[in-house]
Amino acid sequence: MNIQIENLTKTYGPQIAVNDISFNVKTGEVLGFLGPNGAGKSTTMKMITGYIGLENGDVKIGGTSIKEEPDDIKKHIGYLPENNPLYLEMPVIDYLQFCAAIQGLNNSKTNNRIKEMIGLCGLNREKHKKIGELSKGYRQRVGIAQAMIHDPEVLILDEPTTGLDPNQIIEIRKLIRDLGKEKTVILSTHILPEVEATCDRILIINKGNIVADGTADTLRKQAEGNEVLHVCIEDEKPEIILESLNKLDTIKEVGFINKDNNLFELQSSVNESSRRSVFDLCVQKKWALTQLTPLETKLEDIFRNLTLN
Amino acid sequence: MYTIWIIAKRELATFFDSLIAYMILVLFLGFSGFFTWLYGNDIFLVGQTNLRVFFNIASWTLFFFIPAITMKMLAEEKKTGTLELLLTKAVTNRQLIIGKFLGSLLLVCIALVATLPYVITLANIGNLDNGGTLCGYLGLFLMSVTYTAIGIFASSITNNQIVAFMFALFIGLFFHIIFGVLANNFTGAIGQLFDTLNVQSHFESVSRGVIDSKNIVYFLSVTVLGLFLAERTLVQRHLSK
Repeated sequence: MNIQIENLTKTYGPQIAVNDISFNVKTGEVLGFLGPNGAGKSTTMKMITGYIGLENGDVKIGGTSIKEEPDDIKKHIGYLPENNPLYLEMPVIDYLQFCAAIQGLNNSKTNNRIKEMIGLCGLNREKHKKIGELSKGYRQRVGIAQAMIHDPEVLILDEPTTGLDPNQIIEIRKLIRDLGKEKTVILSTHILPEVEATCDRILIINKGNIVADGTADTLRKQAEGNEVLHVCIEDEKPEIILESLNKLDTIKEVGFINKDNNLFELQSSVNESSRRSVFDLCVQKKWALTQLTPLETKLEDIFRNLTLN
Repeated sequence: MYTIWIIAKRELATFFDSLIAYMILVLFLGFSGFFTWLYGNDIFLVGQTNLRVFFNIASWTLFFFIPAITMKMLAEEKKTGTLELLLTKAVTNRQLIIGKFLGSLLLVCIALVATLPYVITLANIGNLDNGGTLCGYLGLFLMSVTYTAIGIFASSITNNQIVAFMFALFIGLFFHIIFGVLANNFTGAIGQLFDTLNVQSHFESVSRGVIDSKNIVYFLSVTVLGLFLAERTLVQRHLSK
């Protein structure tokens, strides 16, 4: 089931939470939803899941508008709200049973699904405890389990990995990746490496507007500009090396990072790579090239550039 | 329908899990039992084999206890955020409200059923008027239905349980006392109007065995109004603040 968001808008008083955003998510795609605090991520998710009404625009899931058939669509959505609200006084198993029943799962299916979810989310030892007795990470697992209990075609996860330990984070990311092969997943997060590890596509929103949309690689290419290399060349005085490097035509700028270690930073001209020419220069002069590291623009930098203004 | 039942069942289970149900039952039976059998204008003082005394006491006990049962129904869900969880599943606002209403009402009914030993005891002492007793219970039931709906509405407008409790009592006070007082102070059409709004007069006529369709219509319409307003309050979240 694909998701189409068309001109979605939401205002809270004078504040515009979501400003006329449109995007599509295809079946089999994991969309990472990024943005600083208060950017409108959760508001958008609440509108997609039908918790708050649409002020303007439309959300279509599998071609059906959420305005027309809200109750039918909800059966196909699994949602993990932010802060992961749960009935703390209920035991894990009872809670999952309740969630399955309310989503219209029949009894014979329910027990199998619950077993599956408990195994998948690593809840076996805690299944008879009350949710209130569980630690934050285990509660998060219960939240993920309840979102997936009815095997929904669309998963909306608001910060799914908060509070989990590193092992569990890796497992949940793998789970999301696997699910993302057949289902449509939207997840929001603050953890940027997580987006790279799990998402096919990244959507960055800031102050209610979409500021970037694409795969991690395309975003990087857009933000990158010129190639930047860290180079370490030995067997000669740093000044002489600097001078020779400056003479290469593919290089725009060279500077020292650390003069004592002969470490340089060099920036290539537009659309040029100077990796080969640096190597050739060293061969020619019989210098030892001990380091050549292309510097990738980090997702963090892209994120900061787009959202700080 | 199935969804409503699931929600009602969960509410009832939560009551019994968290001891609230036992507290309510013990206090309800304690209060009504004490004043029916042991103290004040009790059955032995009246000296008649009917449960009039009990029905009167119970109507007051329920007036205070029903808000205590309903106060957490929606207020707590709002506060903890579980409302979002429920309403993004395949549950409509109406199903949720009716489910909560039924869950609370079931607990009240359990409390009423727990007073059956009073009936049995009295039937053994003397010649009990079965029809009258049945009508008394019917009156208590209809009153409970009405107050539960009011309580659910009060719980829907706030995320604070205390506020929900006080507000339910405040609305209840009008129906239980103030309309009655006003009815006595006014004559003519206005007095008639207030008398029609007064829960006590309807409750008394039902428990006396004079069951008129207007009594039933009255209780049901206040109930439907309460539940309708609660549903409207939930729908409000869709509007921009």
